[in-house]
Amino acid sequence: MTDIVAFKNVVKRYPGGKIALDGISLHLERGEMAFLTGHSGAGKSTLMKLIGLIERPTRGQVVINGTNLAAVKRRQIPRYRQRLGLIFQNYNLLFDRTVFDNVALPLVIRGLGRADIARRVRAALDTVGLLSHERKFPITLSGGEQQRVGIARAVVDRPYLLLADEPTGNLDPALSADIMRLFMRLNEAGTSIMIATHAIDLVERMGHRRIRLDHGHLEDG
Amino acid sequence: MARSSDQPTRSAAQSNRRRSLPSTLAAPAQGWMSSHARCLIESLGRLYRRWLASLLTATVIGIALALPAGLYVLMSNLDTLSQSWHRAVQASLYLQDDLSISDGQALAERLGARDDVDASTYISAQAGLEQFRESSGFGAALDALEDNPLPAVITINPRSDMSRAEIGALLVSLEDEPGVARAELDQAWLERLYAILSVIERSAWVIGLLLSAAVLFIVGNTIRLDIENRREEIEVMKLLGASDAFIRRPFLYSGFWYGLIGAVLALVLLGICFLALAQPLGALTRSYDGAMAVHGLGFDGVLMLLGIGVALGWLGCVLTVNRRLAAIEPR
Repeated sequence: MTDIVAFKNVVKRYPGGKIALDGISLHLERGEMAFLTGHSGAGKSTLMKLIGLIERPTRGQVVINGTNLAAVKRRQIPRYRQRLGLIFQNYNLLFDRTVFDNVALPLVIRGLGRADIARRVRAALDTVGLLSHERKFPITLSGGEQQRVGIARAVVDRPYLLLADEPTGNLDPALSADIMRLFMRLNEAGTSIMIATHAIDLVERMGHRRIRLDHGHLEDG
Repeated sequence: MARSSDQPTRSAAQSNRRRSLPSTLAAPAQGWMSSHARCLIESLGRLYRRWLASLLTATVIGIALALPAGLYVLMSNLDTLSQSWHRAVQASLYLQDDLSISDGQALAERLGARDDVDASTYISAQAGLEQFRESSGFGAALDALEDNPLPAVITINPRSDMSRAEIGALLVSLEDEPGVARAELDQAWLERLYAILSVIERSAWVIGLLLSAAVLFIVGNTIRLDIENRREEIEVMKLLGASDAFIRRPFLYSGFWYGLIGAVLALVLLGICFLALAQPLGALTRSYDGAMAVHGLGFDGVLMLLGIGVALGWLGCVLTVNRRLAAIEPR
């Protein structure tokens, strides 16, 4: 039960016959940080989507934080996703709202009170170093800052697992290193993190566990 | 002294208890309420940001609502008017030729005493002929007749608050009275007016239903476009764990606002029509010596129009939003 993520012989075949994951078994321990690497089309995104319940596996079992995802019904998906922190390559911020409102969104969705929301949003923005930007609109921020807003939004509700899909895909090496350091700090504070990325040199320098995917197979546990 | 110092502490403790007890219960409810209130205001703000498009949609809704509402006002005015004409309804009882004048007068008196009759007047055959001679100008022609061709008549004014059906029943019962040959309602034109009124009423219902359907489609289409425009936002919200109800809420409130603003615009349109018609209407009412007053929607009517607007806006939204939102899933 110390596993936060447990895949058992997971197969994902898309309609049309393409096999994205071909019998994957892997574990991520609570408090662990791991990088998911592999060429594009290797199945990184599919693996992330299975955890986020955006896709369902064709065969096999996915257990997240002790919950067998096969038992999560469609109606229960929102509640399940609220406990995950998702980070995207293109940040997925809402451009008609301020930084504060973007970060507050998961808490508003959960229906927290105003004072509680303000306190937690400021704490999250402080963590990513953007406390002075709370009234700005995302469009006025740089790419690196936008991604930090995305990270603040992902951690604001204290998820038990942070999932990042190519979080530095649109950033230059210096900013990418910044973001990765931020993930390491979050991990040191106890958050379990799984990051899918292309940036192999960066990953090798960081010295964390690496999970390699190749054509839907696991290369190295 | 001891007592007075004791009092405030107890009341403070009481108020403390009162404050702390519900707060545990009220906090989630308050959060829910305030999130709804915030959502209501936010959706209004969203409409305001695209105010021209929103106003156009609301105006179309307004026109669609104003038309049946205007017909309703027209109908209720005609209804009051016909009520006042209705009061002037007279029935004529044509008496049998062999009934003597004194029997006829006695009958008129007896009928006049009935509860459902306000007044009755006996007009003898002779008096009727005189009246006719004076009013028709056929004097010479009438002189050529040997006998008086007119029967004696009793005119009856039914009690003024009687309905058409009751007057009809009264007529039948009067026809059964001994000595009465035939009973007739004078104003056949009133029957025709009633028929016309019921045609107008039915048309108002049909037009109202058609235009209500139009409002549903207008709102549905507007919300559909709105959802398409915010597709990415909806996907993000779903990824962050927003429930369908949470995502649906702002759209439902836009439907509410479209309906409400549309209904207010319909009221404005009706007001403008009323002003435009004020002068000829004034002339018309003066010709009736103030016996007839033109009235507008009235307070109840205004509330009803606002209610119908909101209900249609909301419904148009509900019919669209579930289907559309279900089609949007993050990829």
